[in-house]
Amino acid sequence: MLQHYLSLLVQSIFIQNMALAFFLGMCTFLAVSKKVTTSAGLGAAVIMVQVLAVPVNNLINTYILKADALMPGLDLSFLSFITYIGVIAALVQVLEMILDKYFPALYSALGIFLPLITVNCVIFAGVSFMVQREYDFAESVVYGFGSGASWAIAIVLLAAIREKLKYSDAPGGLRGLPLTFITAGLMAIGFMSFSGIQL
Amino acid sequence: MSDNVKIPGARESLLTPIIANNPIMVQVLGICSSLAVTSSMKTAFVMGLSVTAVTAISNIAVSYVRSLIPSSVRIIAQMTIIASLVILVDQLLRAFAYDLSKQLSVYVGLIITNCIVMGRTEGFALKYPPLQSLMDGLGNGLGYMLVLCIVATIREIFGSGTWFGLTVLPTVNNGGWYVPCGLMVMPPCAFFLVGGLIWLVKTFKKDLQEPREYDTHREDY
Repeated sequence: MLQHYLSLLVQSIFIQNMALAFFLGMCTFLAVSKKVTTSAGLGAAVIMVQVLAVPVNNLINTYILKADALMPGLDLSFLSFITYIGVIAALVQVLEMILDKYFPALYSALGIFLPLITVNCVIFAGVSFMVQREYDFAESVVYGFGSGASWAIAIVLLAAIREKLKYSDAPGGLRGLPLTFITAGLMAIGFMSFSGIQL
Repeated sequence: MSDNVKIPGARESLLTPIIANNPIMVQVLGICSSLAVTSSMKTAFVMGLSVTAVTAISNIAVSYVRSLIPSSVRIIAQMTIIASLVILVDQLLRAFAYDLSKQLSVYVGLIITNCIVMGRTEGFALKYPPLQSLMDGLGNGLGYMLVLCIVATIREIFGSGTWFGLTVLPTVNNGGWYVPCGLMVMPPCAFFLVGGLIWLVKTFKKDLQEPREYDTHREDY
């Protein structure tokens, strides 16, 4: 039993890496990865929101939206997208208030990134994958943590590379964004080597 | 946001985003889906169409209600409009192109969080009248579709020897001569192609280039 969750965790962190295998959260991944410290903060925020959002949406999906869940003959699954995004937005808002009240240091460290997470596709995709793969509640907690962590690892690694990369003498057109793209591509190839692992 | 902003013409707002202010290459929006759905032309084309439709319609809708939305709840209001449109697109795809909607899997739903749609309603439709907003939405959608189609064309032709499913280069497996380039169908290749495209654009449009952060050509070496 434990083995099953462990394998799901490893799989979601390394093999199905959100940023490098599914290209999710790319806008923030490329834009906010200039410094290791800021990207670590953002990564932490994503893990936090993901751990909350995936299980909560799992419960909502199982007990409200699924066919025959609320009452026999009622299928609300066409409302899924709008519900998920609403739940994510509300969760981020609540998390922001809680952090502001009880953990002001963490709140000011995360700063603008926390509200921006609402429109980060990692969270929404995590929820969609959870629904598509029909995880149960416990699995969705593990998957939420794993997929958040996968993105956090990827952005911290990319930021570390970019901190060194700014000393390189790249041609004018390649400087900045294109170079980041190519670096991310090479990292994705690196992460593909995990795909042979059988768990 | 000054009050005396010049309202751009409809034609201008349609044409600038296609090349000069391309959402992917210049504004760096909507990267996620552009990388993930470009391994074949069919998915890229359908995705481009869906995003164009959603951007255009949500731009009109937001533009019509722009004076009614209080700015504190504008994000939620835009999200609701966009999400309803995406549900519509998703249901249409499921009804008429089931295989494609299976292939696109979660990426159709991800149009909701696609930064192009949100970026355009937030950055354009909240300020300008409906006609310009429609044109801006269309233009940005088409600009997105253009990049998607370029990347998908390269990946599909060299990766599997076909274009839109039609054979262009007969592959060895089918008795032809072309040995498909395996890298092209793999995810990382999209990074290289989009990176290369941006490099190309920036080489010709020097004003987009980023300044050096650190001077590597010092005289005292």
